[in-house]
Amino acid sequence: MENLWNNYRYLIVGLVVVVIGFFMSAYVVNEEEQVVVIRTGEPVYYANRPGSDYPAGVYFRIPIIDTIQRIDKRVLDLELTDEEVLSNDQQRLMVNAYARFRIVNPQTMIERARTTDGVRTALEPILNSALRQELGRRTFQQMLTAERGAALANVRANLDREARQYGAEVIDVQIKRTDLPSGRPLQSAFERMKSDREREARTIRAAGARDARVIRAEADAEAARVYAESFGQDPNFYDFYRAMQSYDETFRKAQEGEGERGDSSIILSPDNEYLRQFRGVR
Amino acid sequence: MFDGFRNGLGLAMAGKNPWGSPGKGNGGGSGDGDGSGEGPGGGGTPSDGNSDGPRNPWLPGGGSGGKKPGSKPGGRRSASIEDIFKNRGPEGPRRAGGGGGGGFRVPERPGGGSWLPIIIVAIVALWAILSMTHFIQPGEQAVVKTLGSYSRTLEPGVNFSAPYPIETVDVEDTEGVRAVSIPEGSNEKLILTGDQNLVDLSYIVRWRINDLRDFKFQLAEPEETVNEVAEAAMRASVAEKTLDETFTGQGRAEIEQSVRERMQTTLDGYRAGIQVVGVQIEKADPPESVVDAFRDVSVAEQNADQARNQARGYAQQTLARAEGEAEAFDKVYEQYRLAPGVTRQRLYYETMERVLSQTDKTIIETEGVTPYLPLPEIRRRATAQPPQITVEANSSRQGGQ
Repeated sequence: MENLWNNYRYLIVGLVVVVIGFFMSAYVVNEEEQVVVIRTGEPVYYANRPGSDYPAGVYFRIPIIDTIQRIDKRVLDLELTDEEVLSNDQQRLMVNAYARFRIVNPQTMIERARTTDGVRTALEPILNSALRQELGRRTFQQMLTAERGAALANVRANLDREARQYGAEVIDVQIKRTDLPSGRPLQSAFERMKSDREREARTIRAAGARDARVIRAEADAEAARVYAESFGQDPNFYDFYRAMQSYDETFRKAQEGEGERGDSSIILSPDNEYLRQFRGVR
Repeated sequence: MFDGFRNGLGLAMAGKNPWGSPGKGNGGGSGDGDGSGEGPGGGGTPSDGNSDGPRNPWLPGGGSGGKKPGSKPGGRRSASIEDIFKNRGPEGPRRAGGGGGGGFRVPERPGGGSWLPIIIVAIVALWAILSMTHFIQPGEQAVVKTLGSYSRTLEPGVNFSAPYPIETVDVEDTEGVRAVSIPEGSNEKLILTGDQNLVDLSYIVRWRINDLRDFKFQLAEPEETVNEVAEAAMRASVAEKTLDETFTGQGRAEIEQSVRERMQTTLDGYRAGIQVVGVQIEKADPPESVVDAFRDVSVAEQNADQARNQARGYAQQTLARAEGEAEAFDKVYEQYRLAPGVTRQRLYYETMERVLSQTDKTIIETEGVTPYLPLPEIRRRATAQPPQITVEANSSRQGGQ
């Protein structure tokens, strides 16, 4: 052992120094991150930057003098939750939006924002105001549908312009949720929906009643036509025939299952046609 | 089975490694010449003995594993045994408690020194082999990063890579379809429709990994991204429809289709490596607080239909009656026309018979007679009723008892 030490002292020391030096200077750049090497405060070179010639892998630096900063290369998100936005027609809307961005220029990012969280902090008010500005120009209805896409494209363009100053590129801005604020606006929306349905229900019932009336009237008219056609052949006989039926109906006794009918007492004058023969021919 | 295979490999490697380690470690070389080294070795026995006690069982194993290459260690060990018996013979009984293993190793400290690296190397090798062999199950893929840099994607089957720190392997299920239910649980999720109404909507998004490399390296939070993109797309699509359309089957199908397309476009824009397999609307209901009004609409429809049906019934009845009466009149009239006078008289008398036979009649023949009303008849009827009532009362009383 001592021989070993004596014989290979320099070799061993050299090896140890090399190993320590290796671990102090080598660093791994992962696929999903980019690395900036900062030498005495100045960024000197980059690895795995989008479009750069230095892909991910192992790199070396000068220990102690060079420090490295790792920056996410992936798509990052910036969330905006429950912002109350006023539309052109003075309607309030709760908007949840998000932006997706990635760091494309690490140098600018480090100089202006230090970290990705710094970028988020810087971009959040910008996204907020860009969103308000765009949506505030539109009515509630437009916000919901037609111009949503155009508005978001504008917001994205505005935000992207600002984000470039922080070395970031905004890929997309999307409105995640648009809600009515809870409380009165929501309640009044419910009321409106309810009254709308009530109106619909009334309309449907009225339509039903109207149809029923028409159907009945048509039937009555048809019946009248049938009667007229038939009875019109001899109005005189119809009068007699119908009178006979009517007497039958009026003076008959109550039938089984029928309610009480008024009793009839008939006082006949001898001059009555019915009693013509009864009196004998005078 | 795998374990057996791996162990076999491990042993083979362990057996192979002693070749390298003595050469590398110089321990073998120096140990031969280290007769004096035994002294210090003896001094070190207590500590060595303790640490070697558990390791003892390894020694024969290592020896047998490395039989072919291990002629040198074997020779060394036999030498050490002899040394023990020579030098420590008297101490043998005392040291028996210390364990034979300690006895084997102690005298040849450098020899022990050569075992330690062997064991370490064996462990390292075993671990390396485990981290070098990858069994990718069907439906899975894995990304390999060589020193942080993406190098390749592994397909199902047995795959090999460089050991851990050099290459990292990340296995992910790529064929399996993942389903996300939005909203989670049974919360009410109100979405504004194009006509500024609210609908309570829940849906399921099914997706799978399309490109594992993009999925792993392009998005910071892929799964959360899917949820957010789904929500944005769903709200945009629902806002294009009216409330009533979201309740109809066709409207739903259109929404599902448009959400799927929107999501795919957005995710492709992020290069997310995600394929949206399908979007299903699970439930589209009116908000809970207005659901009664919505039910009333369907009730109103029933009511309207009911009114129409009743009117139709009346119409059928009226028409049938009219036709019947007209028909009857026509028949009679036909006969009447043949003999008008007789028929008329006959009808008259028949009717009068029927009428007068059922009624009370009073005929006043002569002029000047006071009309006589059938009072007895009225009285009779008046007295007939009370007994009826009592009878009913009795019967009801009996029924009560």
